Amino acid sequence: MQTNSTAAPELAAIKVEGLTRSAFLVRGTLAAGAAYGLGAVGPYVSRAMAQAGGDIDIVNFALTLEYLEAAFYQEAATKVQGLDGELAKLVKEIGTNEQEHVDALSAAAKQLGGTPAPKPAVDFGQSFASKDAFLKTAVTFEDTGVSAYNGAAPAIKSPDILAAAGSIVQIEARHAALVRLQAGESPAPDAFDKVLDMPAVLEAVKPFIKA
Amino acid sequence: MPEQTTDHPREESALDELARDDSSRKRFLRTLGGAGAVGAFGVLLAACGDDDKKDETTGGASGDTTTTSASAGGDVDIVNYALTLEFLEADFYKQVIASGLVKDPKVAELAKSIGQNEEEHVAALTAAVEQLGGTPVAAPKTNFQPTLDKGLETVLMTAATVENLGAAAYFGQAGRIKSKEILAAALSIHTVEARHAAALNQLVGRGFKGKGPLEGSLPDGAFAKPLDMKAVLAQAKPFIAA
Repeated sequence: MQTNSTAAPELAAIKVEGLTRSAFLVRGTLAAGAAYGLGAVGPYVSRAMAQAGGDIDIVNFALTLEYLEAAFYQEAATKVQGLDGELAKLVKEIGTNEQEHVDALSAAAKQLGGTPAPKPAVDFGQSFASKDAFLKTAVTFEDTGVSAYNGAAPAIKSPDILAAAGSIVQIEARHAALVRLQAGESPAPDAFDKVLDMPAVLEAVKPFIKA
Repeated sequence: MPEQTTDHPREESALDELARDDSSRKRFLRTLGGAGAVGAFGVLLAACGDDDKKDETTGGASGDTTTTSASAGGDVDIVNYALTLEFLEADFYKQVIASGLVKDPKVAELAKSIGQNEEEHVAALTAAVEQLGGTPVAAPKTNFQPTLDKGLETVLMTAATVENLGAAAYFGQAGRIKSKEILAAALSIHTVEARHAAALNQLVGRGFKGKGPLEGSLPDGAFAKPLDMKAVLAQAKPFIAA
């Protein structure tokens, strides 16, 4: 695996296979290009509107992220040494939530008349080597999930899908805070959650996705 | 003024109903447990579709005029509503810190950092109202003394509940916001409120689900539920001085 400059090196090290082209395109939000607060939002939004695919692409993009997260916590539950007490309960709870998101988004893609993105083949590298390594990747996953949803949401056309995304992103944010607390980090490091920009990130993650 | 556009008919949101009505809530939970996430999501989709159509219900609570559907009036009102909630939160943390109730340095640090976030939200939303050509609401006169008088535990429990309320309030408005820029801003604040909520509910030991609807770090499980203006303002009312 190459190590390239990306805002989410832990994620970049994770191999994702089996993405459809449309899922891949929207999936571009995985790293980089953060915008803060109100002032930065305007140009971001107009870019996102120009770049984003339709709702099906966005849903499939979210679905791919949720597949990754669900698999991540499911593997973590058996592979990470020393997962006990509160952390073990948290891993189980988050894993269950992510699987529910997967099921819901698969159903949403179908409701929209699309084909749900397939479950990607994943390799989480050294993320389960220790509790610290796991928490570090978990924080990255959840923070990135929040930014990905927040980034894609303004481009969503269907009010139903927007509502669903809002409902899910709030849970991702709660997960982010809870894993951050476990990692000894501030649960809410910024007053405005970063918004990830699709086209910039597309470039950043390209080297890490198997053709 | 033009008629309400047809894509915004007036209707009570099913999710709002769920949020208030215990029996509906139980039905919703049964759907979650019974038909699984897909079924629940179907309910959510149907409900949230209505959510977009509830201007009258929610708008009525704040006395706004959402009949002007084509104007920015709706967004100004929504941002001013969010600003009011942020004013309340910011002042609450300020008073909590000033009270000296919080002795644990870690808790104090969290309270301070959350309070700073809320101040930034106040500043950003004030600017947003101005950008929209509106007049930012004045900071409400608050009434937190009774809460403070009850001591640290009540204070932290209240903070945890209020953050869950804030997250539900932002989510409740997402479908009503017309401007994509305002929507993006609201979403980036929404998730920060959710982070606060999860952290504080964890801190006070409520677990994933607490006893009440606004209690717990993941009070609604995998899918967050919105609250409309009326429901939120009813909860916030005790903290606003008459």
